[in-house]
Amino acid sequence: MGGLTVSTPRLKRKNYTWLYFLLPSIAIMLLFFIYPILLTFFYSFTNLALTGEAAKELKFVGFDNYARMFQDPTVRVSIWNTLIFLIGSAVIGQQVLGFLIALLMKHKSKVFRRVIGTVVLAGWVTPEIVCALCLYSFFGDEGTLNAILSFFGISAVTWLYTVPMLTIILANIWHGTAFSMLVFQAALDDVPNEIEEAAVVDGASRLQILFRITIPYIKETITTNMMLVTLQTLGVFGLIYAMTGGGPGTSTTTLPIFMYNQAFVNYQLGYGTAISLLLLLIGIVLSLFYIRSLKE
Amino acid sequence: MKQAKRKWALMSSALLLAMTVGCSSSSSSTSSGTDSGTTTPKDSGTSEPAPSKDSGDKGTTAKKTITITYRDDGTGEKGTLYKWIKDVAAQYSNKDVEIKPTPIQASEGDYFAKIALALKSKDTAPDIVTEDTFMLNSDASAGFLEPLDERLKGWEDWTNGSFIEAMKKGVTASDGKVYGVPYNTDSRGLWYNKEIFKKVGLPEDWQPKNWDEVLDAARTIKAKAGSDVVPIWMNLGKATGEATSMQTYEMLLYGAGERLYDDASKKWITKSQGITDALTFIETITKEKLGPPLSKVLNGQAGNTATREYLPKGKLAISLDGSWIPGNYLDGGAAPWPEYKDVLGFAPMPTNKGQAPGSITLAGGWALSIPANAQHKDEAWDFIKFALNKDNTEKLVIASGNITVRADVAKDPEYTKMPFNEISTEYLKNAEFRPAQDKYPEVSTQIQTMVESVATGTKAADAAKKYAQDITRIVGQDNTLQK
Repeated sequence: MGGLTVSTPRLKRKNYTWLYFLLPSIAIMLLFFIYPILLTFFYSFTNLALTGEAAKELKFVGFDNYARMFQDPTVRVSIWNTLIFLIGSAVIGQQVLGFLIALLMKHKSKVFRRVIGTVVLAGWVTPEIVCALCLYSFFGDEGTLNAILSFFGISAVTWLYTVPMLTIILANIWHGTAFSMLVFQAALDDVPNEIEEAAVVDGASRLQILFRITIPYIKETITTNMMLVTLQTLGVFGLIYAMTGGGPGTSTTTLPIFMYNQAFVNYQLGYGTAISLLLLLIGIVLSLFYIRSLKE
Repeated sequence: MKQAKRKWALMSSALLLAMTVGCSSSSSSTSSGTDSGTTTPKDSGTSEPAPSKDSGDKGTTAKKTITITYRDDGTGEKGTLYKWIKDVAAQYSNKDVEIKPTPIQASEGDYFAKIALALKSKDTAPDIVTEDTFMLNSDASAGFLEPLDERLKGWEDWTNGSFIEAMKKGVTASDGKVYGVPYNTDSRGLWYNKEIFKKVGLPEDWQPKNWDEVLDAARTIKAKAGSDVVPIWMNLGKATGEATSMQTYEMLLYGAGERLYDDASKKWITKSQGITDALTFIETITKEKLGPPLSKVLNGQAGNTATREYLPKGKLAISLDGSWIPGNYLDGGAAPWPEYKDVLGFAPMPTNKGQAPGSITLAGGWALSIPANAQHKDEAWDFIKFALNKDNTEKLVIASGNITVRADVAKDPEYTKMPFNEISTEYLKNAEFRPAQDKYPEVSTQIQTMVESVATGTKAADAAKKYAQDITRIVGQDNTLQK
């Protein structure tokens, strides 16, 4: 009984102490996450500019930036490009390829796994800009790919100009697949051998095992990975900027590139921040979609 | 319970990631501010931490550091401006100040953004900045630059006619004040390779009278000179920035008798025959494949590829470019080519149908300005006066291959003996300037978008329509004019 009276204040004190420990991280979150977002939100309603008369005097312009965004045909092109890039490189490319590599590596010898794993991982550990330079020189006019083709007597193709979207999609796949591979490797290792063996005994084919057992078993990993890869890909800037600069024309202008051009080439920071919020919104909508599909 | 926990964990991690994606914009906008990319070349002597730290409290004996910021195109200490600043600083009599180059290594487009960010704050603003005259009005309107009128009144060189009067227009902002002292200018025209012309039977002293004659020459070259010779090169991409707007589109537009901005009504022209004519010229070049390969012309190095590689190697017949390109071919230049004097010709760019004044050029140039946030304005001004006197400007324009803005330099035999200098200066008599409007830089990027889209196959009419929409959005419906 006496213990209870003693422990009450201790409990109370405990209630406050967790706050002290969390305070630094809350402060950091507020300062580096919440505050910039609020600031971005605020600037998106202003005429903030890098130079020119607007740079002298910050004016509140209401929804002008948003109205401009909806009228701007390039925004539509950019959203479309972003989606193609996203589906091509993240959803189909990295996800499917990563899964296949992980699947094929399962039950293989340690040496095989290590060698292949390292090769795939090389793309992932390469910094984005280095990766962009490598692939630029691969796809370039006098690049590796054309050199290989000319060896077989095929005339050179200006890859970055004839199929620019494909080159950046392949580049992003090359760069990012290892992440999906690692995630799926871990998940596939968790699929109990007993279930698969039981299925084999029951006479299931390999495809049936894959679609009826393996994939349903790791469904949650697939969705989580999909979300992570999607959000990473939405923000890809350096790779595209260094390889094609968003061109030729607007054929590889994704939203981040468009945002950069508005903010730092056209000096319209206010408009740029409005576009960044659109990007944020797309990210949130897609995440919610994934989370919902996970629940079902 | 478990499900709910997982949901929360997922939700929060999703939000966090979404934030990182969204934040990348704001973080880049702030980080570029601090990381202004200022690369300081390794100085042999002192290593001062920051230019602003040497205020009065150290006493009068402490040396004041005057920083000069300019664009380094990657040449570093071999750059013309770097060598010139070092040279001028060594002769500068006031030994109480130390002149320190603080270049920004960037592409041309990035330079202006970085400068704008640096000029915003007292902590990052240099004492002297090199401004492209087309950005000068915009930066002046933003309040980044110091008006120099009062100081100029007391400078004999400025008032006694040593500076060409027309060049003062380039450094005067829309408020009528002068914000910089110009140090060079340029004209534009058609550089052509006489050897290729001779081979295909075109006159070595080529003087096209109208656009058709330019196109016909290009067609002849395409037919006769072989597939590895590019008939005509113009900057066509967004990546070449202002060069695309000025050397290509505006040369054509102004040559078609049209302007970008109507000074009388103070409105931007969004639709006119001139715009159609200019775009049709580009369209013709694209359709008939008279121009450079897109993979070469649409990247930021296009200008260098044409001048430093294609032209000297005899792979390019005609190049619509600026008067400065021989600077590359000088001994110690980026691509030394002693034969350029004999091989190259520089023809004036004709008006579209040969109407008066017969030929056209746009003139630009650079100026030294003092930022409003500079720490040592008086010392900076004193140095500018010395650096831009007759002898020192002459050294700079000769080394860089530019045209002078000073009448006394223009007459000097040392200057006129440089090949092409006289003829380039002569073209200036029909020179036009870009609109001194603070919206110009933004309009310019729309021009680049329009030109690139035509070069990549969009119909001229469609590109013009989109341009009209974009300009209207930028300057407002009330400030546009359709002809």
